[in-house]
Amino acid sequence: MCTTMKKRLDCNSLNPGAASAVSDEGLNDSNRCQTVGEPLLENPRISCREIDVFYGKKQAINSVSLDIGHNEVIAMIGPSGCGKSTFLRCINRMNDTIDSCRVSGSILLDGQDINRPDLDVVLLRARVGMVFQKPNPFPKSIRENVAYGPKIHGLARNKAELEEIVTTSLQRAGLWDEVKDRLDEPGTGLSGGQQQRLCIARTIAVSPEVILMDEPCSALDPIATAKIEDLITELRDKFTIIIVTHSMQQASRISQRTAYFHLGDLVEVSSTSQLFTNPKHKLTEDYITGRFG
Amino acid sequence: MTKSMGSDSSTVIERVERGLSRRYRAEKRFRLIGVGAIILSLFFLVILFGDILIKGLPAFSQTQIKITIFFDPERLPLDKLESADFEALVKSGLRSMFPQVRGRRSKRALYKLVSSGAAYELRKRVLHNHDLIGKTKDLWLIADDELDLLLKGDIARVPGGRFNQQQLDWIEKLERDGNLRQRFNLNFFTSGDSRDPELAGVLGSLSGTVLTLMLTFLLSFPIGIGAAVYLEEFLKKGRFSDFLEVNINNLAAVPSIIFGLLGLGVFINFCGLPRSAPLVGGLVLTLMTLPTIIISSRAAIKAVPPSVREAALGLGASRMQTVFHHVIPLAMPGMLTGAIIGMARALGETAPLLMIGMVAFIVDIPKSFNAAATVLPVQIYLWADSPERAFQARTSAAIIILLFFLILMNASAVYLRRKFERRW
Repeated sequence: MCTTMKKRLDCNSLNPGAASAVSDEGLNDSNRCQTVGEPLLENPRISCREIDVFYGKKQAINSVSLDIGHNEVIAMIGPSGCGKSTFLRCINRMNDTIDSCRVSGSILLDGQDINRPDLDVVLLRARVGMVFQKPNPFPKSIRENVAYGPKIHGLARNKAELEEIVTTSLQRAGLWDEVKDRLDEPGTGLSGGQQQRLCIARTIAVSPEVILMDEPCSALDPIATAKIEDLITELRDKFTIIIVTHSMQQASRISQRTAYFHLGDLVEVSSTSQLFTNPKHKLTEDYITGRFG
Repeated sequence: MTKSMGSDSSTVIERVERGLSRRYRAEKRFRLIGVGAIILSLFFLVILFGDILIKGLPAFSQTQIKITIFFDPERLPLDKLESADFEALVKSGLRSMFPQVRGRRSKRALYKLVSSGAAYELRKRVLHNHDLIGKTKDLWLIADDELDLLLKGDIARVPGGRFNQQQLDWIEKLERDGNLRQRFNLNFFTSGDSRDPELAGVLGSLSGTVLTLMLTFLLSFPIGIGAAVYLEEFLKKGRFSDFLEVNINNLAAVPSIIFGLLGLGVFINFCGLPRSAPLVGGLVLTLMTLPTIIISSRAAIKAVPPSVREAALGLGASRMQTVFHHVIPLAMPGMLTGAIIGMARALGETAPLLMIGMVAFIVDIPKSFNAAATVLPVQIYLWADSPERAFQARTSAAIIILLFFLILMNASAVYLRRKFERRW
């Protein structure tokens, strides 16, 4: 398969706690950009070490190491084509679906390697949900959209339970009041913002631990965006959220930490307030002050 | 163009306006060409359909002669009813209508007015109802095909051709007495092929067609969709998939007679399946329609937006669940359309079936997949080849029926596409 793992990285995956060592030793290739700030955490939920991603011969991500904590919202920012989405898709192995894509490095979710050959990708994606850039509800009814995940994973024992999941998921996504009278109408008939919240409801219906969001607001107007942002803030209590965004304001509003990517390198990771007020790296500063990107 | 651009005095607006009329003219010209093309193709279509209808419609009516039949108990012994001489009943009935006819030649000329099917008709009635024996009845019996053509004006009423003066006189007398009538030709829809045009019907070939196409659909639709889904969703793109793609496209372009030869070689000679059977016909047509179905199904699967796949995969659906829950339902209208268009092609296919012996003269109506059968287009080919003039109208009539089924299938393709189409 396309997820081949470099043997030499096993030592890192065995010892995720030895965090600070990586930034000193792991990134010693001369032409590789060294990540500044605090990419590594104590007791992370997800820890990524030396992730390389290739599309064919082209390298899209350059040895990225990053930890993501419990119940935090981490924003990924950076110019287009810098690899933020690619990195995001590594975490639930959505890159598996692209034939030419190869991922190496280790990603541990709660201490378990997600690229293990015996790991079931279905189970992984049940634990790591994803919301896409363009709202993509199934061309089915609203109810079926939300119920699909629980159904295929067998989360509900009977119809009443399934109905309960559908209701609570829609409530938590803040969509319940708007759709409770028309659950059997097609999900594609909703407005863009409603569709995106439906997609979030569909994702949280599976009760994942981590939610990946790939520019969830880029196709929405400011009001719908504000609703989704409020929703993300609320969901933080229960989930770890990794969000890719092009809006620096959005990143500063909703995230605790921000990671800045540049041409496949992870340039800087800091707490959001620090990154936006006091960037340490020149590239980060150029980007957030609008000199390029 | 360059001149007008070069003239400095004119403003941009003026230049655009000057070009505008030329643009409008070009558009108008293009529209006219388009309308002309459509009118031309409609014209040819009307000619084709008109010609077939004019030639074929007379075959839907059939001339009948009223004959007074005495069901003579002497000629109809109850113990040997099956093999009784029913023709003699018809002949004696005719003789009683024209008592002045003497001599063997004249009598034979008289008998020629009635079809040999009349005797079968009497036999059927008597076997069905024994009470008829001993009674006398006025019955409308089927007339000979040439008398039928004469009455429809296809044969001139001049002695010396098909009919002699004596026969023409008899016909005139029959007409005067109201003993000739034209009725809907039900026989055409209820019987199989026959050497006698007036007895020949399409039911045999129609049943053969239905059996063959049913088998073709049952085999080619699931196999075609399965292959398309595998090729599109599961097979890794690469040299092997390119190779397969090129070869499937090649298969779609292979002349159909070659599939017939393959069927003859593999299914009949090697596997020992029966000749002339819908079983083999269906298998051969399956091979022929598979590439069409695979190509159109792949196109339909490709047209399903990748966002739907990503959504399902992102929720943790397996690849197979993604394909069966989301991709196939969305691709279904396109796949059905492709399959029906493939089936419509199979419906009109003749050449490969000639090779596997479905061109035989078969009177019985096929009732199973391994009974000898023929199909509509082959029946058309057979009748078009027959010397009897009355088969000309029947050929066209069979074409009308074939076209009717083609239109039915294509219309159902449109209907199904509309019905299953979902927006996303």
